Amino acid sequence: MATAAPTPSTSGPAPVVRAGRTPGKLGNRVFAGISTGAGVVILVVLAAVAIFLLYRAWPALVATREDLAEVGFMQGRSMWGYVAPLLFGTVLSSVIALVVAVPLSIGIALFISHYAPRRLAQVLGYLVDLLAAIPSVIFGLWGIQWLQPTLDPFFRWLTDTLGWIPLFADYQAPARNMMTAGLVLAIMILPIITATIREVFLQTPRLHEEASLALGATRWEMIRQAVLPFGRSGVISAAMLGMGRALGETMAVLMVLSPGYLINFFLLQPGQHQSIAANIAAQLPEASGMGVDVLIATGLILFVLTFGVNLFARWVIARRAEFSGAN
Amino acid sequence: MSALALTLAACGNGDASEDDASTGTGTGTTADTASNAGGSGELSGSIAGSGASSQEAAMQGWIAGFMDQNPDVDVTYDPTGSGTGREQFLNGTVLFAGTDSTLDEEELAAGVDRCFGGEVIELPLYISPIAVIYNLPDVDAEHINMDAETIAGVFMGEITSWDDPAIAEANPDVELPDLPIIPVNRSDDSGTTENFTAYLSEAAGDVWTHGEVETWPISGTQSGAQTSGMIDVVSGAEGTIGYADASRAGDLGTIAVGVGDDYVPFSPEAAAAVVDASPAAEDATDLRLTVDLARDTTEAGTYPIVLISYSVACSQYDNEADAANVKGLFEYIASPEGQDRAAQPDVAGSAPISDDLRGRVQAALDRITVAG
Repeated sequence: MATAAPTPSTSGPAPVVRAGRTPGKLGNRVFAGISTGAGVVILVVLAAVAIFLLYRAWPALVATREDLAEVGFMQGRSMWGYVAPLLFGTVLSSVIALVVAVPLSIGIALFISHYAPRRLAQVLGYLVDLLAAIPSVIFGLWGIQWLQPTLDPFFRWLTDTLGWIPLFADYQAPARNMMTAGLVLAIMILPIITATIREVFLQTPRLHEEASLALGATRWEMIRQAVLPFGRSGVISAAMLGMGRALGETMAVLMVLSPGYLINFFLLQPGQHQSIAANIAAQLPEASGMGVDVLIATGLILFVLTFGVNLFARWVIARRAEFSGAN
Repeated sequence: MSALALTLAACGNGDASEDDASTGTGTGTTADTASNAGGSGELSGSIAGSGASSQEAAMQGWIAGFMDQNPDVDVTYDPTGSGTGREQFLNGTVLFAGTDSTLDEEELAAGVDRCFGGEVIELPLYISPIAVIYNLPDVDAEHINMDAETIAGVFMGEITSWDDPAIAEANPDVELPDLPIIPVNRSDDSGTTENFTAYLSEAAGDVWTHGEVETWPISGTQSGAQTSGMIDVVSGAEGTIGYADASRAGDLGTIAVGVGDDYVPFSPEAAAAVVDASPAAEDATDLRLTVDLARDTTEAGTYPIVLISYSVACSQYDNEADAANVKGLFEYIASPEGQDRAAQPDVAGSAPISDDLRGRVQAALDRITVAG
């Protein structure tokens, strides 16, 4: 297309001019081909990953207990006996992260969209987005070097005063427990949740807000009446997107958690839980044979879980889009 | 033995032509070229290895030293872990491997195919003491003494306080704090864990009932991934105790281990001594110099918690360059120069192998040839 522009000025023969006048046909076809191809590649890659996981995981999924007995790190558990605690740990860490991150994100998003002066809002928006650019291994290092010693006195106090609640029983230093992992994850998923919620809040119809204010509502009442109901499904889908990231997070969990394979809610004790992704990273280097298959099978389960969570988030977003479109 | 030592010395000078015959192991011209090449700077090409991360630091030192002498050879070592290293070696991805545990029967059978009809060579070229490390900043004793039963009790969770009588009795001169003991283990499958539990199970089997395992058998414990994770956790709280490659102990305190009537802190000499005091493994051959570590030894001056990481290669390769390069590299690793280099505290802090072992290693290396 770009090359077509100078051709007329060279006053060349007719065929050149004709080609210059109808670049659309070829260009359209090429571009349509490229973009279709790109779309197909995504599907093929996704299918290839799914097929690879299924193919490599199959031996472990159908393996007998005797086959699995030779895998050292499973310590005699059955496939589901091994996966269940990992699945539980993965979901538990993500849920802790969400419980902390979602209210915080709503607050930050509201501040940026409705409270802060415009210039401050912009700077703050950038800063939150910047958090997303920090590699997870840095969060892991930060978790070990700074967060763990910082949380230590707080956790001591928690277990001393609220230790009768099983959730907070028997803290042991250093703070390498599910609570710490969940907090690190919370900070890691904060940017994506905040960014999504902020966009949704900014889309609140101006008329709704002004109508609310006109009826004599304060700013907080306006937010409660107009912004939050409008953004509810957006908040849910943002949380799901964040959860999708938290579920698959590897390095940070690997570095800040003393892992274990139990199903319980002792958030302050070490060696109780482990997430699937961190477990794969920890065990794969020394795994061989059936052990690799087992780890890939856990990867398949994580794939299905994140896929489901993301699908659900998309579905909620799509529903909201229709709703606002009808408005 | 003297002939072998001579061969080695000659190889170091890059002039081994007349000694090959005297070893009686040379198998024709290919062997001669291969052995001539060791350290002479005539080698070229590239060889890749992978495996145990325990040897990584030492291997980096060896590769640097070897490539100083042979600038045309490009050597890489990928610390993928022992399991992956063995797998990649057997499927032909890499030419040599490092592994903390010896090859099992199945792997040895697969090794015949991989080695073009030859055999797998396993050499104990990396001997590293495992230190039992603790974090008690307020105790200024150089070492805390513990015998095997006490260490086992601590890691079993039976001895839970630093001023427990079992520890106090062995340390009459040390003022021990009233602090809970926090045992720390490796969270990943690890050769260090395997060697440490092997020691506990052999030297204190009555107390340590979990046997020799790669995966820590007790749940609900503090743990860290890889050696650096272990060090981080032990450093992260007061009263912790763990185990790690001795070269990584840094400022942390180390336990002097009870052997016989003495308490022996780790040292390269004491670690090498226990390997020499150990018998060969049952399935060891002239090519596979695997040893059955005498971890329950009572011989004075030996430090029994040792990790041996084997260097694995083939007795036959399908081309001359590979055979000569691998042989040259392993000869450098086994040489006094190579072993001393790895023993530097800033390289790996390993224990140099004895001259006796070096002789047998050289005999095995002399049998590396080209297939066919």
